[in-house]
Amino acid sequence: MINRRHLLLASGAILIAAPAAAREAGKPATAAQRWGLLIDTGKCGAECTICVEACKAEMGLAGHDRPRTDAQYIRKVNVKDPATGAGHSVPVMCQHCAKPACVDVCPTGASMKRADGIVLVDRHICIGCRYCMMACPYKARSFAHEEQTGQQPHLPRGKGTVEGCTLCVHRIDEGRLPACAEACAAKAKGAMLFGDLNDPKSEIAQRVAREATTRIRADLGLEPAMRYQGI
Amino acid sequence: MSSTTTYTQVRPYTRGWLALMAALGAVIAVALGAVFHMEHQGHWVTGMTNQVVWGLPHVFAVFLIVAASGALNVASIGSVFGRQEYQPLGRLSSLLAVALLAGGLAVLVLDLGRPDRLFVAMTHFNFKSIFAWNVILYSGFMAVVAVYLWTMMDWTRKRFYKPAALAAFGWRLILTTGTGCIFGFLAAREAYGAAVMAPLFIAMSFAYGLAVFILVLSVSFKMTRRPLGDEVSTRLLRLLGLFVAANLYFTALLHVTQLYFAGRSGVESFILLQGGLHTTLFWVGQVGLGGILPLVIAYGGCGHAPRKRAMMASILVVLGGLAQVWVIIIGGQAWPLDLFPGMEASSTFADGHVHDYAPSAWETMLGLGGVAIALVITTLGVTALRLLPAGLGETTSSCAGHK
Repeated sequence: MINRRHLLLASGAILIAAPAAAREAGKPATAAQRWGLLIDTGKCGAECTICVEACKAEMGLAGHDRPRTDAQYIRKVNVKDPATGAGHSVPVMCQHCAKPACVDVCPTGASMKRADGIVLVDRHICIGCRYCMMACPYKARSFAHEEQTGQQPHLPRGKGTVEGCTLCVHRIDEGRLPACAEACAAKAKGAMLFGDLNDPKSEIAQRVAREATTRIRADLGLEPAMRYQGI
Repeated sequence: MSSTTTYTQVRPYTRGWLALMAALGAVIAVALGAVFHMEHQGHWVTGMTNQVVWGLPHVFAVFLIVAASGALNVASIGSVFGRQEYQPLGRLSSLLAVALLAGGLAVLVLDLGRPDRLFVAMTHFNFKSIFAWNVILYSGFMAVVAVYLWTMMDWTRKRFYKPAALAAFGWRLILTTGTGCIFGFLAAREAYGAAVMAPLFIAMSFAYGLAVFILVLSVSFKMTRRPLGDEVSTRLLRLLGLFVAANLYFTALLHVTQLYFAGRSGVESFILLQGGLHTTLFWVGQVGLGGILPLVIAYGGCGHAPRKRAMMASILVVLGGLAQVWVIIIGGQAWPLDLFPGMEASSTFADGHVHDYAPSAWETMLGLGGVAIALVITTLGVTALRLLPAGLGETTSSCAGHK
């Protein structure tokens, strides 16, 4: 149920987080854009899984009630500092790295990076070797362990291939927000800001330039497009 | 190549030959049934998960692939390093190298999520991937060794013998380096991510390959009633001891290096002290049974004939080798990825805690199927071609004087 407070939050968040216009059909993605998310963990409640649920619905991740083998494109990781007891709940998904380890190791080139920085899996040439899963430091990929049902037209899933967060590339190409960011803005505290990191006029680029942000495992030098505040 | 060595084919369709082929055929049939089940149902029926993505089939596959390059060493010692006494063993050594590689690759391919896309793997290459390089290295190894074997068997091609030997020797070193780098290049996994993985894998291949060679040589000679001299067994046993020592050295180097790296004490503590089954397999399987005991058998006191001692040490090295590959592959994945160093993490996707893995019977069947494929190829090879020497030296009942 959306109450008045949520509606106000949502309208504001969508105004500042609206992506660029839809990409024209047949026009390839270009390096002019670098899509990313800025996640404010201060606004991210420990019990809130709205982004996770929205992702599941958008991607048709029905699951088989087998947590060890069911796919998760986005998850909430509860992080606690053992020295101080301070804790955060951090949404973690594919980090859409500028130098993705999964793309480097994939033998067939099925793991690939689009010109605009979105990392995807071409399921037509994925042989299911799972080397990308071994290489990803973020454990951001899942293996389709069995036959998939309830699939969405924009995300064909195939048994025996690897999959992961696409940053809702189908939505971005239509000029819409990723499902997680949209749901967070509409139903939660608007902790996820989506936008073009290459566009100095965008809210995300300005906030990243202005405020202190971190990237998970920045020490590995993979340059993720996901930035976090508050951890 | 020794000009005085006589090579003879193994006689087919004898009772023993038929029994062996029937047994191996049954194992392969069961393995193919397991593959069908796993492919039909999906990988959820295996013990593999989204946390432990490479399971027991990879343990078998990596063991066989690593042993394949090591099995060629006996031929290389005879040809590249000019040791005449090893030259009669060159043909079997080459055959075994190809057979083991075929068995290992069969397991690897059949464990893919989409084994039907093997053609894709051979037509789409990402040359930045060490895995893609390995596809080329593996297929090239088969071709190079096949040419090498041809130069051993056809005296009209004798002038190509030395160049082929050098090419095969160089190729096998690069191949095993590539296999080690599959793990060594994974910066995300704390258990690997070190250049020492490459020389470690070379040392492993030396030990595993020679152990498998000794077993196949001894069993095939016994089954075909060919004399196998104590001198040959003693020499191979001492060489095996040397390779086992090298493997232990690089294993120690890996763990000392890991302990030296700041922040890797957690994974080292897990493997060396608190990893349960993985720790047991490391100390008891890999170090004890597969390392120290074979060394004692190779260089220690003598209670049995050299042939028996070589067999015992080789069996232990094979078992220890399987334990070692398990610890590297499964143990390395069981330790969780460290997304937030210095912090405690938990999630519904098993972040922050050790991952469990128990192989299913299907995976075990597939792995054993790879071993059977290698042995069938070896049996067919020595049956179709003159690869086995008619005899190697004289046998004595005691090992006195052969130490």
